Amino acid sequence: MTHHTLPTPITEDQVRALRVGDTVTLEETLYGIRDATQIHMFDHGRRTKFNLQGHAVIHTAPNLRKVERVGNNHSGYEAVCVGTTTSDRMERFTRPLMEREGVRIIIGKGGLRDGSLAAFRDLGGAYLAVVGGAAALETTWIEAVEDVDMDDLNPESLYKFRIKGFGPLLVAMDSHGGSLFAKVNEEAARRRQVVLEKLGAA
Amino acid sequence: MSLMSKTEIAPLVVTPEAIEEAAKLLYIRACKILPDDIKAGFTRLDATETDATAKTILATMIENIGVAERMDNLLCQDTGIPIFNLLIGRNVAVDGFALKEAIARGTARATREHPLRSSVVHPITRKNEHTSCGERVPVINIDFTDADRELRLEMIPKGSGSENGSFLQMLIPADGLAAVKRFVVDRVIQAGGKVCPPTIVGVGVGGTSDLCMHLAKIAATRPLGSRCSDAEGAKLEAQLSEAVNALGIGPQGLGGDSTAFAVHVETAATHITMNPVAVNIQCHSARRASATFTPAGVSIGF
Repeated sequence: MTHHTLPTPITEDQVRALRVGDTVTLEETLYGIRDATQIHMFDHGRRTKFNLQGHAVIHTAPNLRKVERVGNNHSGYEAVCVGTTTSDRMERFTRPLMEREGVRIIIGKGGLRDGSLAAFRDLGGAYLAVVGGAAALETTWIEAVEDVDMDDLNPESLYKFRIKGFGPLLVAMDSHGGSLFAKVNEEAARRRQVVLEKLGAA
Repeated sequence: MSLMSKTEIAPLVVTPEAIEEAAKLLYIRACKILPDDIKAGFTRLDATETDATAKTILATMIENIGVAERMDNLLCQDTGIPIFNLLIGRNVAVDGFALKEAIARGTARATREHPLRSSVVHPITRKNEHTSCGERVPVINIDFTDADRELRLEMIPKGSGSENGSFLQMLIPADGLAAVKRFVVDRVIQAGGKVCPPTIVGVGVGGTSDLCMHLAKIAATRPLGSRCSDAEGAKLEAQLSEAVNALGIGPQGLGGDSTAFAVHVETAATHITMNPVAVNIQCHSARRASATFTPAGVSIGF
């Protein structure tokens, strides 16, 4: 159980050093991505202006307030509340996100499936679990909404956040075939019989 | 001859303007302040949880409740699908149509003026009007109560992670109660961490297909500590609460004892050939807010 502080972007070696059960705090930059963003990127062939090579993305669609584009604020937004959403719906985008865009880390809640685990192994990636529904706390780790792309999809645009001390996040799926979610699912399936017998419903 | 039996008592009049203000206030308040019964539920789970990771996750959730209140921020980024339950007592005069429009106006104003993320889109074009409103949304459920000169408006921002954990099966009598229990356990396993546990697992038993699903929603959004008014339903919720928490799914599906605050059951009579069961899940951010209108004024609560 090691704690890693990782300023993004990161290398393949850095992501392969992560093991399930480790914790991670991210610094510098984090990209926000969602269902519609990825449907448009991978099903409708849209390309982003951002270079996501070696970066971390979080499954999110934030609450934002419109502000003036001044100084380093190129988005015209400030964060009201930024949290995370259920990752499972975006399972089929993990591999293209890594292959085409070079993403190394996906952050979300509830976990991803075997296809993503294989992509993490083949291409060098990891899934970091953030506590879903703890968005007020998570928002305190966001310094600014620096930039935005594909904003016609608002609130499911592609956001560039500047972050400070984003974590601790739990390494829940790694590049070595480890998945805390798979372990818990197997355990639940194993306990099911006993639970049903006690209910008289086996 | 008067059609009113108690003409000497002036009915409670609630204006659309008052409803609009309440709808706006309740949507924002529900997103920010968790009800006391849910906070107590966290304290209970934190005291009994044995898994180290699960305890850390529960601590983060409890910390988040405090951060949201101190910073006057939203508990969760998901502003949900807005649901309003309108409970109209006796001797209350309302213009029902104006009232429905007032709820939608209040919802749209909360979204624009706070601002809140509009999480509502057209189901086919996926177009977002940025008002949290659309065709048949906000969802408005209207019922009548025996409270004299009282109108109650309840607001529930229902998050999608848990709402996607909704299931219906039209079981048949030969499947028995065992199949109902099996259905609940298997759907909780299927939902895993996707529904943001610890959850309130709402179970509907009986009725028609649509009523059964609605029962599950009523069950999932009922305060913790409340019991099913049907004795058999109450028995079932005690058994199922113990059962789902023995699966080891835990907070966020990362393992532990705290899979659900509780399983709630609601029942309705059904057809001789039917045995329907439905599951609707509420996430740990089990948000609610209410406004109660009486001749004394408006009181805001959960």
